[in-house]
Amino acid sequence: MPRHRVFIEDTQESFACDEAQSVLLGMEALGRKGIPVGCRNGGCGVCKVEVTSGQYVTRVMSRAHVSAEEEASGRALACRIRPTTDLRLRVLGSMRATVCGDTRASATDAP
Amino acid sequence: MAINGVLRPGHAVLRALDLDESVHFYTEVLGLQETGRDKSGRVYLKAWDERDHNSVVLRQADRAGLDCFGFKVLNDATLNTLEGRLREYGVSTERVPAGDMLETGERVRFQIPTGHLIELYAQKTSVGNGLGDLNPEAWAPNQKGISPLRMDHALIYGGDIDGNRRLFEDVLEFTLVERVKLEDGTTDLATWLTCSNKAHDIAMVRHHEDAKLHHVSFMLETWESVLRAADIMSMNRVSIDMGPTRHGITRGTTIYFFDPSGNRLETFSGGYQWYPDQNPITWTWDEVGRAIYYHDRKLNPAFLSVVT
Repeated sequence: MPRHRVFIEDTQESFACDEAQSVLLGMEALGRKGIPVGCRNGGCGVCKVEVTSGQYVTRVMSRAHVSAEEEASGRALACRIRPTTDLRLRVLGSMRATVCGDTRASATDAP
Repeated sequence: MAINGVLRPGHAVLRALDLDESVHFYTEVLGLQETGRDKSGRVYLKAWDERDHNSVVLRQADRAGLDCFGFKVLNDATLNTLEGRLREYGVSTERVPAGDMLETGERVRFQIPTGHLIELYAQKTSVGNGLGDLNPEAWAPNQKGISPLRMDHALIYGGDIDGNRRLFEDVLEFTLVERVKLEDGTTDLATWLTCSNKAHDIAMVRHHEDAKLHHVSFMLETWESVLRAADIMSMNRVSIDMGPTRHGITRGTTIYFFDPSGNRLETFSGGYQWYPDQNPITWTWDEVGRAIYYHDRKLNPAFLSVVT
């Protein structure tokens, strides 16, 4: 299957991702970082991204984290999109809760 | 101790983003048995050694998470008594009619302080474990996948876990078994409660959002079967969160993994038996890593942040 470059604007890093693989699993498989990894199955929302250029196909993802309007405007969970061209993206999700009680905006509160 | 009030966790109703994909996962990979589908499309499942008709119900939805968690109580009189006690305590209760869930009697539904819906029920059709009640064999042949013995407990996340604990202790006669304290030494980060002589029947972690699920857990017989479960997960490319490893808390061996909608599940084995003459165990915040993951001795970032 063809591979495409996925460029993460936040870290200025890129990796090659197979068309058959989600952006998130493609990143993980190469030991790369930059997008938070949660459930990998579209439910938890921590890998939310905004795709700023490029084409991709999506699978069903939780509407608690990505509304239909957001999805139409390029926001998605990285575990639920597969690239069909090179992609550039910005990371929106995060994993910030700690035992010290930090409860800053989590993925679900992200804009 | 006689277990004669709340008996055990009886059902978890989970939301599925793609019901067909989830049913395939729960039956072929986790290895539960499908026992029915209702008019609204919910799919009913049970683990092989459970006698009652269902312990997991899947509902198609646009988001992941837990609709409700149900506990079986001893009988109808107990159900009525507990409903009365809940109301005296100031908790609103609702009766869901018998038959709303397949092969399940009337349920008393109420919301706990963390926003989760909890149900109590006394009746669910016993379909048996396939071995019979007279001179049974040791286990059922033709099991598929991981094939746990039963659905065992849940870990839920929300704000007022102190209110939850008081309600479970004061009204439903659960007992605190273990707790993790925050840095201030007084506030609970997390608590583990039992209604039986298991180390836990429900657990809860303080979290900035209410009504969240951390995991629903399924019991295996041995550590060897936990390793076998991990092999089956890899063969099926299941998303694993952590493990196989051991918890310091409860001492159970464990794997955390995710269903196809991102709901975290656990397969675990072991842990100790609890008796009412035991003191609760306390863990301090600086040892929480060892408490949760005994071998890694540190939390993974997902433990506190990845919920549905």
